[in-house]
Amino acid sequence: MNEDSQDSTTVNSEDSREYLTFTLGDEEYGIDILNVQEIRGYDTVTKIANSPHFIKGVINMRGVIVPIIDMRLKFDLGEVEYNQFTVVIILNITGRVVGMVVDGVSDVIALHQDQIRPAPEFGAVLDTAYIDGLATLEERMVIMVNIERLMNSEEMGLVDQARASAE
Amino acid sequence: MAKTILTVDDSASIRQMVSFTLKEAGYSVTEAVDGQDGLDKARAGRFDLIFTDQNMPRMDGVSLIKQLRALPNYRSTPILMLTTESGDAMKSQGRAAGATGWLVKPFDPQKLLEVVRKVIG
Amino acid sequence: MTIDMTRFYQVFFDEASEHLAEMETLLLELDIEAPDPEVLNAIFRAAHSIKGGAGTFGFSDVARVTHILETLLDRVRKHELHPSVEIIDTTLQAGDLLKAQLAAHQQGTEFEDPQIAAVCERLETLAQGDLPAAESVSPLVDPDPRTWWGITFNAGLLEAPDREAGLVAALAELGELEHTPAATTPGERLNWRLHTAAGREAIVEIFDFLCDPSEVEITAMGQAEAAADADEAGFGLFEDAPGAAPSSGDQELDGFGLFDDSPGMEQVAETAARQREELQQGFGFFATAPGAPGADPANAESAPASPPPPSGAAPRRQPGGVRRQPQGESSIRVSVEKVDQLINLVGELVITHAMLAESASGLDPVAQERVLDGLSNLERNSRDLQQAVMSIRMMPISFVFNRFPRVVRDTAAALDKKVSLRLIGEDTELDKGLIERLADPLNHLVRNSIDHGIETAQQRIEQGKPETGEIVLAASHRGGNVVVEVSDDGAGLDRERLLAKAAERGVALPDNPSDKEVWQLIFAPGFSTAKAVTDISGRGVGMDVVRRNIEAMNGRVEIDSEPGQGTRITIRLPLTLAILDGMSVRVCDETFILPLTVIRESIRPQPGQCKTLAGKGNVVHVGEEYLPLVALHQLFGLSVQQVAPEASILVIIESNEGRAALQVDDLLAQHQVVIKSLETNYRKVEGISGATIMGDGRVAMILDVDALVRLSRKTS
Repeated sequence: MNEDSQDSTTVNSEDSREYLTFTLGDEEYGIDILNVQEIRGYDTVTKIANSPHFIKGVINMRGVIVPIIDMRLKFDLGEVEYNQFTVVIILNITGRVVGMVVDGVSDVIALHQDQIRPAPEFGAVLDTAYIDGLATLEERMVIMVNIERLMNSEEMGLVDQARASAE
Repeated sequence: MAKTILTVDDSASIRQMVSFTLKEAGYSVTEAVDGQDGLDKARAGRFDLIFTDQNMPRMDGVSLIKQLRALPNYRSTPILMLTTESGDAMKSQGRAAGATGWLVKPFDPQKLLEVVRKVIG
Repeated sequence: MTIDMTRFYQVFFDEASEHLAEMETLLLELDIEAPDPEVLNAIFRAAHSIKGGAGTFGFSDVARVTHILETLLDRVRKHELHPSVEIIDTTLQAGDLLKAQLAAHQQGTEFEDPQIAAVCERLETLAQGDLPAAESVSPLVDPDPRTWWGITFNAGLLEAPDREAGLVAALAELGELEHTPAATTPGERLNWRLHTAAGREAIVEIFDFLCDPSEVEITAMGQAEAAADADEAGFGLFEDAPGAAPSSGDQELDGFGLFDDSPGMEQVAETAARQREELQQGFGFFATAPGAPGADPANAESAPASPPPPSGAAPRRQPGGVRRQPQGESSIRVSVEKVDQLINLVGELVITHAMLAESASGLDPVAQERVLDGLSNLERNSRDLQQAVMSIRMMPISFVFNRFPRVVRDTAAALDKKVSLRLIGEDTELDKGLIERLADPLNHLVRNSIDHGIETAQQRIEQGKPETGEIVLAASHRGGNVVVEVSDDGAGLDRERLLAKAAERGVALPDNPSDKEVWQLIFAPGFSTAKAVTDISGRGVGMDVVRRNIEAMNGRVEIDSEPGQGTRITIRLPLTLAILDGMSVRVCDETFILPLTVIRESIRPQPGQCKTLAGKGNVVHVGEEYLPLVALHQLFGLSVQQVAPEASILVIIESNEGRAALQVDDLLAQHQVVIKSLETNYRKVEGISGATIMGDGRVAMILDVDALVRLSRKTS
């Protein structure tokens, strides 16, 4: 742990970037804050026929139709509930807007690239292909997720594969 | 009062360039899209100077000049031909029709203003 | 004063592409045997106008091509050359190159292609054809490779010591330089002249070291002008005008001229008198004015070697921030994005109104009369506004039709067939987005008709048909739709061959299929009826793509064909992709929108009206027909339980896949809905063509009936 990480407001220096961390099951994940458009509560969704079970449907966000994915369902994290505490992170992935339901949003942190270590093969719910590395913050371990790669992946079923490979 | 200029050209870009340049210099400018339109607008108003293109649909520049010269109001108004045809034939036709002078295309805004100032001050 | 020329670029690009389109249309219409002089004039004018603009705005490559083209077309319109197929072909090619050059300039680059030189050379050769012996020297071939260049720049550039000497030395290396020493006035414009064989680029290069090239104006001067007056080129006044300045002769000045003794000269003379003292530079005068009054126009006309007009003003930088300018009083040019933004906002307004209306539905109509009146006014106004905004996007279909004379001509030529094209209803308007997406399918259909439909001239004569086949492209409004037809008077479809092919490919067909069902086969993937694969219509990958494209526009395709008489393909399209007249229906807890255009009727089925037929799945007996039953709750997995059709409402729909009965729980209301794409943030969903936002702010899916019928057929 070096000095810079304690000073979490130093965000615009050369190789330091801001990340939003959220919890899912027992683990804490971090995603690039540039991909986060907003955080909001859970609204009623309109179902999409014949979509994977973790795609809850779409919502109207100020005239934009936004699909909502429940990451808890995607990664089989037990019983899920939808109430006033359910949090949706609205992501902007190369211009596409997608909502992601997680257990909770924890923090915004600033990290240097050298604070992110390569992830060993370990039993996280997430395939290591979507993990950029691990960061240790005080006593917490944060799994750094490559959210763009994850959301564009075939297994999320968000994109037509023809289109995804073209992108 | 600002001097009034009529610019007759079927090309919108040239017309706008002429019109914009002259307006910036403080002249009052009216645009016409071809010879017929030019004649109509000339009849409806009074102009201190008229620029006309040669090749235009409906009525070409030389015909327009002839028609204008037949109108009492435009017997002695300066009329300049804007034309890419700098050849002698064009000039003699223009002169025979009653043109005051010519300006060769392409020209730039400075040149245009130089000419206008020379002709009507 | 400096005027930013880039502000006029967009207008020029728009105007030039209109001229090119016009030129192409006229060329294709031109009757080579008996050319209409007016048409020849108009073709010339198009090239001429582009040249004028290109020169003015500094697109010298465009100016060069149009100059050569203009020379050719000028001779044609003056009947010095007879129009030939070759002239038309080469002119069309030049038009294509100009389009590419203009497109490149719009991107801020330049189009460089060896083809340009080849086509220019071709044009020049053509322009020399039929030349009378006396004029055998092309006006474009200068016997003296040197040209006079006028170089105009601000004296301020030479303020630094040694600058002037260096510049003079550098320019003198290129050729004969006539220069005036820089005056002390920094604002003064210097006019130097250089007689050299080197091109503009060489001069620009020298100035590059000194300043931004745009600060220097380099103009090619005609030989005559240069020779006649060494000080002022290209400007003159005619002598002996009424009230002219005392005998001065025509004044030929740099780039413009005044005819002495011409009407208007007394004003000029007055102005000149006022200005005389102010003027530092005198004028050069022609004593013997070229083209003096009384000169034989015919003589002047045929005067050889009229000098090439200056080919462009100072080199300008490539278009940077292109701004759009109002074009005139009657119309303005607006970017499509702005219109779409407007359409979206109005869409939001309509939705907001719907939400308000829903909240207000519980109000007491007497006590809240004013609120409710206001709401109904708001509704009317926003609907009117929506329609007015939508109409901005409407364009006549001629925008896509106009390319077909060329397509037909080229395709027929490639196949050595004789084909004429007739266009009907070119003024029919539809949404710009649809027009753009219609181009490819129509292109394919037309080429297909020429390739497979129209017979060779030989075959046609043998069959007692006119030698020249005809393709008709027709558009019209019918109901809320636009109908576009592509028909030919060719051989028609061959029922037996299609059936044989279907058997060979294992494509399922009903027993005793109707002609329509057989014709539909050509839309099956990989189904090509051509005996030989040709370059023109490809390998049978086309027709299924055509149908998919049309369906993606919420449109429908139908075929009629008569052996020996021809084939007609009918495309039905909605007027716009932005809004839809729909019926909201309830299935379980979900609300869907069904396009009104597909609905024929709705029925409450009687017991026994619905059956399960072996091999056909569930069907409904309506009138004389058994219609497939499309159970939405099953297809969309909304309910695990079977819902008996008798307990539901059946909506009879007309799809590209034939008629069918859609089973829903309830019909709710009719709406005009704003169509939103699901694919913006998600992906295509089978059976759904899009989404919309309802009055309560929730999203509802819009049903794609063609896909639903297909889906239902697959699952049953």
